[in-house]
Amino acid sequence: MNELWQITESVFTKYSLVTAFALVGVIVWLSYSISVRITRGRMHGSAIAILIGLLLAYIGGVVTGGKKGIADIECLAGIGLMGGAMLRDTAIVATAFGVRFDEFLKTGLSGIISLLAGVFVSFLIGALAAYGFGYQDAVSMTTIGAGAATYIVGPVTGSALGASSDVIALSVAAGLVKSMLVMTLTPFVAKSIGLDNPRSALIFGGLMGTTSGVAGGLAATDEKLVPYGAMTATFYTGLGCLLGPSVIFFVIRAVVGT
Amino acid sequence: MAIYGTALLSLCLLVGLIAGKLIGFAMGIDANVGGVGIAMLLLILGCGKLQAKGLMTPPTQGGILFWSSIYIPIVVAMAASQNVRTAVSGGTVAIVSGTLVVLVCFALVPLISRIGRSEDDLNSAPNSPTGSDDA
Repeated sequence: MNELWQITESVFTKYSLVTAFALVGVIVWLSYSISVRITRGRMHGSAIAILIGLLLAYIGGVVTGGKKGIADIECLAGIGLMGGAMLRDTAIVATAFGVRFDEFLKTGLSGIISLLAGVFVSFLIGALAAYGFGYQDAVSMTTIGAGAATYIVGPVTGSALGASSDVIALSVAAGLVKSMLVMTLTPFVAKSIGLDNPRSALIFGGLMGTTSGVAGGLAATDEKLVPYGAMTATFYTGLGCLLGPSVIFFVIRAVVGT
Repeated sequence: MAIYGTALLSLCLLVGLIAGKLIGFAMGIDANVGGVGIAMLLLILGCGKLQAKGLMTPPTQGGILFWSSIYIPIVVAMAASQNVRTAVSGGTVAIVSGTLVVLVCFALVPLISRIGRSEDDLNSAPNSPTGSDDA
């Protein structure tokens, strides 16, 4: 029996990407069945699939102590490749196929406003929360604020400003919390915030900024909106990395003094 | 052939990512500024040009459409490889700031949507009012 598993596992490990396709296929099939049978279509199948994914990631993290969720289990490493930046970005760009160019241009101004508002509001709220929890120096406040932008802006800003490693870790955690909440909550609030057309999807992407969150949240809401949200979100991290250690840090330092 | 479509998609992504890196480099930051967004624009423009010349045959389109149709499974795999444990055990300040930001930004969506709406022709805005025709 043990040998049988060893043989099976060696095939899974060697063909890890194929294993990932098979496993994700099963998860998606299961999720769409749950969506139809249990929630009677009220909860979108892809939203359930993303939730199952996050749950598996948590289990993987607890079991292995690693950083890549379920992909840290050796024979499931292909999940990390399948869900990694390379294939994710390829698929996101592919969703733009068939989109009308003028839809993008029409949103010009509100797209830029949403990006700036998204970055500044994230830093502001993150910095205030940090202050409230006793991190009252400008470097820590800016770093945690940066994490509230995205979990990439956090460590980039933190290391540029020389923040301590526990503050950088907190900023990454804040960014991860944001990305997970955007993935899971978006389908539930979509209707009440008017997220049902390309215009508001572009604005949504600019405000939220977390590529993974926006990608998952919009996929679970309406697949057609994905390219619009992804379009603006892709500028967010760069903008955050640019403004965080510079303008925003100077403003925060001017306010708190240290 | 399908590979033409996939190659076009890949080229757009690579050119976009290089452009995004160069923009980041020019700004003095080690980040990719809008690479994926630039790639999307390139793909839209490139496909438009090829379609006008009649070069976008159905097999070529298939080489792009496959990737767009596998998008949700890829997002599921992405969710399954996130560092959820760190997010959950990250401490109260991480959870509070992450949650507050999300709630405030949700609330800002309708506010910013109102800006500049008058410029739009409203009849083209809601493409899919109910959303999911694909289960």
